[in-house]
Amino acid sequence: MNHLSLIVRTIVAWLVTLTIVFPLIWLFLTAFKTELQAIAVPPELIFTPTLENFHEVQARSDYLLYARNSLITSVLSTVIGLALAAPAAYSMAFFRTKKTKDLLMWMLSTKMMPAVGALVPVYVIAQTAGMLDSLTGLTIVFTLSNLPIMVWMLYSGFKEIPPDILEAARMDGAGVWGEFVHVIRPLATGTLASTGLLCLVLSWNEAFWALNLSSANAGTLATLIASYSSPEGLFWAKLSCASLMAIAPIIVLGWFSQKQLVQGLTFGAVK
Amino acid sequence: MAFLELKGVEKYYGPVHAIKGIDLSIEKGEFVVFVGPSGCGKSTLLRMIAGLEPINGGSLWLDGREITKLASSKRDLAMVFQSYALYPHMTVADNMSFALRLANVDKGIIREKVQRAAEILNLAKYLERTPKELSGGQRQRVAIGRAIVRAPKCFLFDEPLSNLDAALRGQTRVEITKLHRELGATTIYVTHDQVEAMTMADRVVVLRDGAIEQVGTPLALYDKPANTFVAQFIGQPQMNVIDTAKLPNAFGAGATTDGFIGVRPEHVFVKPAGESGLSGKVEVVESLGLDTIIYTQVGEVQMVSRQNKRTALRPGDAVALDIAPTAIHRFDRQGRALAA
Amino acid sequence: MNRLLPRLLFAPAVVSLFLWMIVPLVMTLYFSTVHYNLMQPGEKTFVGWENFAYFATDPDFAVSIVNTLVLLGSVIAITVVFGIALALLINEPFPGRGIVRVLLISPFFVMPTANALLWKHMMMNPIYGILAQVWIFFGSTPVDWLTDHPLFSVIVMVSWQWLPFACLIFITSLQSLDRDQMEAAGMDGANPLQKFWFLTLPHLGRSIAVVVMIEMIFLLSVFAEIYTTTGGGPGNESTNLAFLIFKQALMNFDVGVASAGALFAVILANIAAVFLIRMIGKNLDK
Repeated sequence: MNHLSLIVRTIVAWLVTLTIVFPLIWLFLTAFKTELQAIAVPPELIFTPTLENFHEVQARSDYLLYARNSLITSVLSTVIGLALAAPAAYSMAFFRTKKTKDLLMWMLSTKMMPAVGALVPVYVIAQTAGMLDSLTGLTIVFTLSNLPIMVWMLYSGFKEIPPDILEAARMDGAGVWGEFVHVIRPLATGTLASTGLLCLVLSWNEAFWALNLSSANAGTLATLIASYSSPEGLFWAKLSCASLMAIAPIIVLGWFSQKQLVQGLTFGAVK
Repeated sequence: MAFLELKGVEKYYGPVHAIKGIDLSIEKGEFVVFVGPSGCGKSTLLRMIAGLEPINGGSLWLDGREITKLASSKRDLAMVFQSYALYPHMTVADNMSFALRLANVDKGIIREKVQRAAEILNLAKYLERTPKELSGGQRQRVAIGRAIVRAPKCFLFDEPLSNLDAALRGQTRVEITKLHRELGATTIYVTHDQVEAMTMADRVVVLRDGAIEQVGTPLALYDKPANTFVAQFIGQPQMNVIDTAKLPNAFGAGATTDGFIGVRPEHVFVKPAGESGLSGKVEVVESLGLDTIIYTQVGEVQMVSRQNKRTALRPGDAVALDIAPTAIHRFDRQGRALAA
Repeated sequence: MNRLLPRLLFAPAVVSLFLWMIVPLVMTLYFSTVHYNLMQPGEKTFVGWENFAYFATDPDFAVSIVNTLVLLGSVIAITVVFGIALALLINEPFPGRGIVRVLLISPFFVMPTANALLWKHMMMNPIYGILAQVWIFFGSTPVDWLTDHPLFSVIVMVSWQWLPFACLIFITSLQSLDRDQMEAAGMDGANPLQKFWFLTLPHLGRSIAVVVMIEMIFLLSVFAEIYTTTGGGPGNESTNLAFLIFKQALMNFDVGVASAGALFAVILANIAAVFLIRMIGKNLDK
């Protein structure tokens, strides 16, 4: 009885999973097809793969530019975000006061406001400051959007350091700086890495601000892909290839940061 | 002045008076145990001595110097934590040498000291391991080693055996006692286990609700408890403490005093029914092999007796309890001991 | 020193977030009361409630609110129901479970515009799309999803993206389900359905609440998918509140009206946020 239910469950689980992930699998396959194969009706499952799409897409200068923009804005917003968030989280975790909890809650609440609510003013400010379609503008917006989540995740990570290890360090003669250098920093690298990873993922995928605040110069891959939406010409294969290249690294990164994602995006409300 | 001196030490948590004016003198080389029930303040007091909790009133002196407001890192005290608090990212050797490295001691000297401590504690083979590769008992020894290497003025132990299983606990207790004899270091040891207190201490400090109930050698506390609390806290099974109102004529001369009578189980002799003594009925018999413990109902009161002979008695049997008059402790209505 | 250091440490983050919150809010409040068109930047005349009235009486407004609620409600319902079902399915071990979990989380990491494009061309295209092929296979005519059922198509895309999120949260929650309780119930004679209804579902109650609230907050701003596929249309059939605001601001350049609309969105989001904050606060105390 148990054995049978295991088999049934396995089959059902795999079927459901493959159905759900099917669009991605198809995207992956199409990226390696020629254009003719891509639009074949009925669709071809067996074919000889080709790399020609990858070459062609990368040869397009706007693809490279936009990829570079995505990279720059993601990395910069992550670095700046960590630089702002880490001291704040450190302070809230280790120098806790009665107001700490309220402060943290307030920070989280800023993330809960819909981006569309700030669209108009941010656009106007960006326009006035000449930061429309600029990497600076995008980086600032990405950083601020992700800051609450980063503070929250770093705070949770810092709190996991057992306080009696810090007390032991104090007894061993470490001052505040010594505690930080010898105990906190080595133990917190994991949290810093996963927080950074999450921010990278969120910034790379960010579409709302990218679409509204950028165009030809500072556009990211998110906007480039949006621009492929008009049905001019038949380039399904290249389209798939471009999309695949844009999303693949993030999906892989996402696989590594699953747990942090739940913690970060639910603000720790689920244990 | 004694080596470690507490003068009127107080602590408040908001309005709560957690530690109430503690006066205590500890001599150099002494092994002092703080014992008491949960919440009595023994750990708090230890942490105040360590500098991990601030002292709100009174003063603390170590080796002639006042250290009341001094930071933990400067007190020259070493603490062994209940959870061991080992640095998870450092090897055993690094854990043990951390304090010395912070003090910029010469590397050769550090290596020597760590090696010596490791040999004393049988850790020499594990010096390059990290804490997660060690067993609970080994981790505990590293925590002790970390303290030994520093050769501090005083060792502070915070319930070090409570995370070990029973077998290991007995063994480690002996090891710590031997270690103290070898090193001769002043030690304050906190525990809730009165067996540890009795077996390891030079002197025991019994605490309750933030105040000292009694200070003395283990046997002094056993033979002459200052009040019913200490009387019942020390000794296993607990001393029989009976309200004289319940058994007014049971204990001969002097029984007319109002208050409590105390007698230890080993001084209660169970005799066949009809012989002289309090008559009662056996409730429960616990045969532990060496000891036999018999619970007898006498009127409204249950009395516990302990003997090292086996017994044929069974629940329901009628018996007579004989008590030697010299073994009787008398306490007043407030529980304070009366002069014999 | 003791008081100063902590404050210095969190000052940059706090100040930045404060500005990020206050400045747009104040500006939105201001803009919502003036007539300001980005094409005529010089003129800003005070018009009081006029923008709100205009926004509220815009025929698109009522439709967009309905669409927003339909979008929200459908996606939440789909992700919660199927999320729980999926979580239950893969909660117990089976061969390849690790890979399945990794695969299942993938849709969540696809950027919204790629998600939209994927569905628009790969799946929903009435000639070459996969769904069209499937329809043909079963002998019926393919559906032109985006033209005939625009809102539904958007719902499908967004649900596909958020299903893994909900599923992951439910899996996490299921892992803390007390096994002993289940066994005790079994010995008391409960069948699997009863165990689910009386034990599992209440345990999941909290995470369901969290998923609902988080999705309410983030789904309010669904924009990229609509922008990339239907452009809000045909007509206003797939326009939600976010897209309407965008239309007013960046297509009609009417900042005043857009700001009035934005305040509506903020109020809606606030309602969900209040509950979520309370839940998190309780968790922080533990």
